[in-house]
Amino acid sequence: MIIQTRDIGKSFGSVLALREVSMSVEAGKVTCVLGDNGAGKSTLIKILAGVHQHDTGSFLVDGSEVRFGSPREALDRGIATVYQDLAMIPLMSVWRNFFLGSEPRKGLAFDVATARRVAREELQAMGIDIRDVDQPVGTLSGGERQSVAIARAVHFGARVLILDEPTSALGVKQAGVVLRYIARARDRGLGVVFITHNPHHAYPVGDRFLLLNRGTSLGEYGKGDITREELTGLMAGGAELEQLSHELDRE
Amino acid sequence: MTVAPTVSSDERISKVGLARRLLIRPELGAVVGLIAVFVFFAAQSPVFRSPAGIANWLDPAATLGIMAVAIALLMIGGEFDLSAGVLTGTTGLILVTLATRYGFDVWTAMLAGLVVALLIGLANGLIVTRTRLPSFIVTLGTFLMLQGINLGVTKALTGTVQVSGLRRAAGYETARTIFAGTIEIGGTSFRVAILWWVFVTAAATWVLMRSRAGNWIFAVGGNEQAARAVGVPAARTKIALFMTTAVAAWLVGSILALRYTSVQANIGIGQEFIYIIAAVIGGCLLTGGYGSAIGAAIGAVIFGMADKGIVFLGWDADWFKFFLGAMLLLATLANRLVRRYAEEVKH
Ligand SMILES: Nc1ncnc2c1ncn2[C@@H]1O[C@H](COP(=O)(O)OP(=O)(O)OP(=O)(O)O)[C@@H](O)[C@H]1O
Ligand SMILES: [Mg+2]
Repeated sequence: MIIQTRDIGKSFGSVLALREVSMSVEAGKVTCVLGDNGAGKSTLIKILAGVHQHDTGSFLVDGSEVRFGSPREALDRGIATVYQDLAMIPLMSVWRNFFLGSEPRKGLAFDVATARRVAREELQAMGIDIRDVDQPVGTLSGGERQSVAIARAVHFGARVLILDEPTSALGVKQAGVVLRYIARARDRGLGVVFITHNPHHAYPVGDRFLLLNRGTSLGEYGKGDITREELTGLMAGGAELEQLSHELDRE
Repeated sequence: MTVAPTVSSDERISKVGLARRLLIRPELGAVVGLIAVFVFFAAQSPVFRSPAGIANWLDPAATLGIMAVAIALLMIGGEFDLSAGVLTGTTGLILVTLATRYGFDVWTAMLAGLVVALLIGLANGLIVTRTRLPSFIVTLGTFLMLQGINLGVTKALTGTVQVSGLRRAAGYETARTIFAGTIEIGGTSFRVAILWWVFVTAAATWVLMRSRAGNWIFAVGGNEQAARAVGVPAARTKIALFMTTAVAAWLVGSILALRYTSVQANIGIGQEFIYIIAAVIGGCLLTGGYGSAIGAAIGAVIFGMADKGIVFLGWDADWFKFFLGAMLLLATLANRLVRRYAEEVKH
């Protein structure tokens, strides 16, 4: 168990964004966080990533309680986050982006040859099919950019990879590509936190499912405890969905 | 950027094509412009294409080029410096004033000028990074202040608007040989400033393409937030760029002061835009994050050629301004296409 939260809570002024949420992240497992807009998914992972601090409950990394003051502290503990608005520079090449901020050196110089080679190798190892590491990141598709960001986090020694809605802006095919890299990162032994609206994206790769609704947890399920239909039903608020299908039937 | 020959080939790379790849090099427009302008003047003026003529137009290109290259780095880093032109005057005035009125030898006087330049660069950088104000406004402020100081102090000390007499100062001859001398190549004398310009361009290119700092410069100009998020020291990078520009201004100011042995108090005013224009012709985007040092150096050559070429042809010097505007417009249009290509997102 790398990360664990116990009855964690967070409020912004009078807004109770998160209440008594418990979850866990294991090495080599994917924990999916599902919920509707405003359910508190981003708030939860921002606590894990060191952007926010929790108000109540406890947050444990490797079994001991922590409270990160900044994203840097989380990163130093091996917790890397890939946000929707990726930390990438569109006009810079893939390999320059890949090593930005952690450039390998050879004497005084930036070891360009190594950077290019390692970037290419790392992308290949993740099965990411980039035509040319010299092309500007701006010319990559959304899915390719997510994939490069994932490969970068893996390369720089992340133990836990947090992905905030990496598939929400993508088409079916592109989303599939990103899901494959999530599985690949998991196979390399990383713990993955995967946030999504979409149970159809979560179910195939997820090992545990945390369902959030209006800031509270509807429970954390193992893959064996819940079917895809039940997951979808819970997501939409069961009864409401039945009502909806009833309505649609009559037309 | 060159491609390592060991790339395991992917059939889609060939579709990108060499032509397309060259097209996104920032210097491309400048190289095309360089050839066009050279052919235009060389075809009409034999003097222009003679060694003496080349030495003649390379000279203004050199002093302008040193500044254009420094400004290009700064612009790639996402900032402007409008005080750079006047600062060449300030450093020259400090050199001549200290050496002629306060008994400094030339070297100590130059060192004093360098210290002042570094402090002004530091101040520009600190104000811009701390306040997050646009550097356009901040350096417009320093520009006006320096302009005022240059004139005010010179008038107060000499009662005129120039300081002169550097020739009599100790150490003048050596300093002149190094910064403002000439070298003979095949019977034609070329200004030493040309060597400085080549050196500055080579160093800047190395920094941009082959150093960590270069990666950071592109990154802070391209997306400062994202750069900071992955641990790039954005503020330090920008401050270093402002200080580099100031050092370049000191170098050019010293070269010109040693060459003419006197400095006008209003020197350098208006030059700041010429530097920016040369950098833009060389492929720098006004929005930052893209450009090249070699491009800016080529932009400066185009200027030198047009500046002297118009004289060789016996045209009125007013045409130079027209030419300037046309080049700038063409270059910006070309750059816009490049940026569109580079940033187009395929979903
Ligand atoms: N910095 C903040 N200040 C005040 N309220 C906030 C802040 N951040 C989030 N909230 C509130 O907390 C609640 C949960 O927000 P959160 O961003 O975690 O939702 P989400 O599940 O990520 O939604 P989405 O699917 O739309 O991204 C919302 O009601 C939101 O308005
Ligand atoms: Mg969210």
